[in-house]
Amino acid sequence: MSRAETVSASVQPRPLWTLGLFRDELRTTFRRWRTLALLGVLAAVPVLVGTAVRIETGDGSSGGGGGGGPAFVSQITNNGLFLVFTALAATLPFFLPMAVGVVAGDAVAGEAGSGTLRYLLVAPAGRTRLLLTKYATVMVFCLAATLVVAVSALAVGALLFPLGDLTTISGTRITFGEGLVRALLIALVVAASLLGVAALGLFVSTLTDSGIAAMATTVGLLITVQILDQIPQLHVLHPYLFSHHWLSFADLMREPVHWEDLTKNLGLQVLYAAVFGSAAWARFTTRDVTA
Amino acid sequence: MDGTSATEQTREGRSTGDAVVVTRGLTKRYRGGQLAVDDLNLTVPAGSVFGFLGPNGSGKTTTIRMLMGLIEPTSGTAHVLGRPMPRSARAVLPHVGALIEGPALYGFLSGRDNLLRYDAADPTADPRTRTSRVAAALDRVGLTTASGKKARAYSLGMKQRLGLAAALLRPRRLLVLDEPTNGLDPQGMREIRALVRELATDGTTVFLSSHLLDEIEQVCTHVAVMARGRLITQGPVAELAAGARGRLLVTTPDASDAARVLKEQGLADVVAEGDRVSAEPPARDLAEVNAALVAAGVRVRGFGVERASLEDVFVALTGEGFDVAG
Repeated sequence: MSRAETVSASVQPRPLWTLGLFRDELRTTFRRWRTLALLGVLAAVPVLVGTAVRIETGDGSSGGGGGGGPAFVSQITNNGLFLVFTALAATLPFFLPMAVGVVAGDAVAGEAGSGTLRYLLVAPAGRTRLLLTKYATVMVFCLAATLVVAVSALAVGALLFPLGDLTTISGTRITFGEGLVRALLIALVVAASLLGVAALGLFVSTLTDSGIAAMATTVGLLITVQILDQIPQLHVLHPYLFSHHWLSFADLMREPVHWEDLTKNLGLQVLYAAVFGSAAWARFTTRDVTA
Repeated sequence: MDGTSATEQTREGRSTGDAVVVTRGLTKRYRGGQLAVDDLNLTVPAGSVFGFLGPNGSGKTTTIRMLMGLIEPTSGTAHVLGRPMPRSARAVLPHVGALIEGPALYGFLSGRDNLLRYDAADPTADPRTRTSRVAAALDRVGLTTASGKKARAYSLGMKQRLGLAAALLRPRRLLVLDEPTNGLDPQGMREIRALVRELATDGTTVFLSSHLLDEIEQVCTHVAVMARGRLITQGPVAELAAGARGRLLVTTPDASDAARVLKEQGLADVVAEGDRVSAEPPARDLAEVNAALVAAGVRVRGFGVERASLEDVFVALTGEGFDVAG
């Protein structure tokens, strides 16, 4: 028996075994103190918003006096469920993508910085498999972060305000049960809205051996994009900025639902994931690992 | 000393076996233009304990990284276990345990969880035997009692042991150990050397890079020496050491008399230094030289041939000490 035969004969990767890395990656990510701190901050946002609204309207007068504040804020006193929408609208522009940027930016660069990347690669994790595992884990984190905000908001809303049937933006009434379904849908859409940032962060993460640098760059890019989106003279660029259609999730509260901006948003996220995912793959599978 | 003799047997028994690592014209030029490894032709025989020597910055680690598929060679080829690297990394690496440039651990995980993670990274490792294999690896490096502690609380020596345990998670055909005794206390160094000998006896080829020459001398059957990215020599340790001749060493309070007698006896290159006189050993029986010394009234404390150390060989080969290459 030749040596080559013995090598291939004893190595039989099983499809299920390959998922072991993903399970372990999830465990490792969610056991990090930093991840838990990020989720803690996100959980605190609805508490702050809910308490502020409660204090503001404690004297019995309804509504905060029209206008200002995140979407749906004036509705909260009527129905605690609206705190879910308000909290998501308040965290989506910055807190949520920042948390995702931190986790995605650190995904590969952090491993490279601590030297654990070389041991994962000689294990051998396989570069494509490792990158897919990292992206899948960041996607799970997007969902977890969004759900943390939503669940915390629902709990605070139920505690501080009445619950019941609710009025959509279009003025029709829906039952509380249907409202919950809409809230879940909105959470899923918000989570999906973060996939573009996640892919961008992962790409940045493959460029450097410093986790901090990758996190800072990703969050910096996020802020830059948010600013660019506010400059009217750059309106030609706006439809291509990953954050441009983020707040379209409110259209899920219309009757019937307005799908146009929602699909634009999801399409844009898929585009970002494809472009930066490919770039991350091209970079990561060919780079020299010297850290 | 059972381990040593077993290693000898292994070497004799397998010297004709095919090579585990073969590189041909392996070259790495980094983007800055710096030539880290230059036209390297390395052959590591199966079953050997292969010492990889060289000053810091001589290209040892770059070579190891190319063998492990972490770095793409600029030109040339590297075959590990008969397969080309880095192309066949996924087929080859499950058979290779590696400790590269010191251990790297997740500080917030326990020692045990670190190993579980590295094992999960290997898609060919059976998850059903994972916990038992991790426990066995921890036991092998003496970390069982500390396995529940967070890795960031480990001392350098404990981290080194955990890194070794990661390399021993599965039966390996090749172990690549880069400075494995770094940071270990003398007891730990002895344990690691014993472990290397034990593994070699089981038929594992060990590729050991070290800057500790006596360590290489104690455990290695073969050795390669690198300097400034080039391979200077490679071959069995015994052959290399035989190339450099030992010296006759006489310890005596009457050094000047001893030196005179040795010269009269026809010995070349006599050097007297304090109470030690050394010379090139003659071809004839050394007992006669000793008798001549005693007959001349020289009080002899010690008399014998000092074997050439690997360090002597190294200096003879490179004409330099173990300084960082400029």
